[in-house]
Amino acid sequence: MTVLLATILKVVVIFGALISAAGISTLAERRVSAWIQHRIGPNRVGPFGVLQPLADGIKFIFKEEFVPEGANRWLFILAPALSAAAALMSVAVIPFGGLITEIDGTPILMSIADLDIGALWVVAIGGLGIYGVILGGWASNSKYSLFGGLRATAQMISYELSMILCILAVVAMSDTLNLREIVNLQDSADSRCFGFLPGWNIFYQPLAFVLFVICTFAETNRHPFDFAECESELVGGFHTEYSSMKFALFFIGEYCAMIVMSCMTVTLFLGGFSVPYWSEAPFLIGLASFLLKVTFFMFLFLWVRWSLPRFRYDQLMNLGWKVFLPLALVNILLTGLAVSL
Amino acid sequence: MSDLFEYRAGEMGREMGDTDHDDPLHGAEVELNMGPSHPATHGVLRLKVLADGEILRKIDPVIGYLHRGKEKTCESLGWRKFFVHTDRLDYLQPLLNNCGYAMALERLAGLEVPERAQIIRVLLMETSRIMSHLIAIGVSAMDLGAISMFFFTFDQREKAYDLLDAYTGHRMNNTYVRMGGMYADIEDGLLVSWDKYMTTFLTEVDQWEELLTGNRIWFERNRGIGKLTKEKALAWGLTGPNLRATGVPFDLRKDEPYCGYENYEFEVPIGEEGDAFDRYLMRIEEMRQSARIARQAITKLGQCKGGEFLADDRRYVLPRKHDVYNSMEELIHQFKIVTDMALPVGEAYAGVESSKGELGFYIASDGTAQPLRCHLRAPSLMNVQVIPELAEGKLLSDVVAVLGSLDFVMGEVDR
Repeated sequence: MTVLLATILKVVVIFGALISAAGISTLAERRVSAWIQHRIGPNRVGPFGVLQPLADGIKFIFKEEFVPEGANRWLFILAPALSAAAALMSVAVIPFGGLITEIDGTPILMSIADLDIGALWVVAIGGLGIYGVILGGWASNSKYSLFGGLRATAQMISYELSMILCILAVVAMSDTLNLREIVNLQDSADSRCFGFLPGWNIFYQPLAFVLFVICTFAETNRHPFDFAECESELVGGFHTEYSSMKFALFFIGEYCAMIVMSCMTVTLFLGGFSVPYWSEAPFLIGLASFLLKVTFFMFLFLWVRWSLPRFRYDQLMNLGWKVFLPLALVNILLTGLAVSL
Repeated sequence: MSDLFEYRAGEMGREMGDTDHDDPLHGAEVELNMGPSHPATHGVLRLKVLADGEILRKIDPVIGYLHRGKEKTCESLGWRKFFVHTDRLDYLQPLLNNCGYAMALERLAGLEVPERAQIIRVLLMETSRIMSHLIAIGVSAMDLGAISMFFFTFDQREKAYDLLDAYTGHRMNNTYVRMGGMYADIEDGLLVSWDKYMTTFLTEVDQWEELLTGNRIWFERNRGIGKLTKEKALAWGLTGPNLRATGVPFDLRKDEPYCGYENYEFEVPIGEEGDAFDRYLMRIEEMRQSARIARQAITKLGQCKGGEFLADDRRYVLPRKHDVYNSMEELIHQFKIVTDMALPVGEAYAGVESSKGELGFYIASDGTAQPLRCHLRAPSLMNVQVIPELAEGKLLSDVVAVLGSLDFVMGEVDR
């Protein structure tokens, strides 16, 4: 009974934290962009503008709910929900921290579900999020939205392959799909790289790491791969016709996906919640270490967005099929050889 | 009104092109409207395009959404009052337009402009050119997704605004050039900060080059896009950076010097490929050269302190305000000039090298206070005309790159 209660508590806390983090990320996006562009950014609502996401949320709720004429009403409403739900659900298997406490001999771990197919879950459920974009683009009955949806479809096919192959390389090394075990393996003393570096997979799989990080940008539709949105060409892409909370849900979905993908990068390649050279680190230290690493990758998302020009649509496809896929395959081959020997 | 609307709606709603829609691999071509309110069409240009997937098969630029009848306005307002309207042509460089119009008037009237006024005009024109190129580069970068560049260039433009504000009292739409010279002299103290701006601004340009010129994505997005040959560029009547990018060293400042441009040292950059990347490089280099000219002008202004800034010709130049307030004759004189100043019978053309190309003012007079004809040669119009040539059959993303690299201002196109 208490175990059930603890699980419910974890669900509430983690989802709540994720949605708040998505809100904070929108603020961070604006503050970081302002910082990069010699501006000040939103700093009026609350200290340092921290309540700005709240104000934005209230604003979105009071905006007019608008469904364009000729739009497929149900799909139009379903799309943003799907986008947000997929991003939120995929966070369920991320191990944020180690052991919290033990109740009646049952260990309570800091993740909603400790699935044995965790990596597969993130890929499968996270991949569903793209349906939100495609459906939203199609159901709007707008040509610009349709372009956005079409681009998103092609982009997903080219990128998820390389991304999954990168995950596969890590899985082949760790011999498990369970994310917590992947973290624990990186933490163990005998996995140290060259005997002194922490046993993070980034040192064993540098190529997979680089490819994976780039693929996360494409996976989350972020700049420089934000073709589905592409405000200067497609006005707003798939969300051109969206307003109010439906629009906000797309944004929550996008930022949650960014957070989940950062979590995945950290879990797979940077030792997750483990602290280098301190295997017995207390729960809170581990959690802090995890959040710190995730924050870095979130910052990377923003940093890249406000620095680089955007790729062209076909350039991205070329890059995906002609560069990343062969590289990822070679990487898998080498990993396979190394593991079997 | 309703007829028009229905016609338009039907036209836009037409989705089926001539393509065979039984073939599953080749769907219908879709007619798509880019603009008049589209983020990449810079103002109110409307492109009617026939899209085959992402490829735009046919592009039809539609202009006229900002038409205000400027030429006719000139003919009804009179010679002097049109100055205010020249500001609104290419609203990114009002002072340069002022100078062009003033030169046309002065040529027709045979008016000599004092040296100091000429130098001030050069300084203002080069500053205007920089300000306009800042927008061109910032906006074309923003169209390709480098949004921060837009803020960097606008930041520098803002500082140039401060200088113009200090001199003319306005940020935009300055109207500070008069027939025969300038409205007022420029102060030495302001020249010091002007000189400083020209230096600090160049260090920023170097930083932008690091961010864009060497950037692989930027290079791939621009190299070979919207490529134009010399012959095509000349045939379309292109001038300015767009023409020079194709390798034609045509620059009015060198070829037909005005305002004493022959006394300044500067180079005219020319490109080789004639593509969007070259057009970008032209603008970057022209900003450097403009800063160079502006700094020379500032030195020259220091050498001719206290010189006249307005011609002393009572037929065309207003009397000083002090005299107007203290003498009846001068008041009448001012009234006569403002209400019915006439230019001699004849016609004149003055072309200046604006940031977009050759900005020309053709005026014809029948000896009255009303111009017989005023025609503007707007370089932006040629830049818009060439869009189908450069962009048809290209991807939507390339069309956006072409639009950004051509650098046109709809205020000038529609007039």
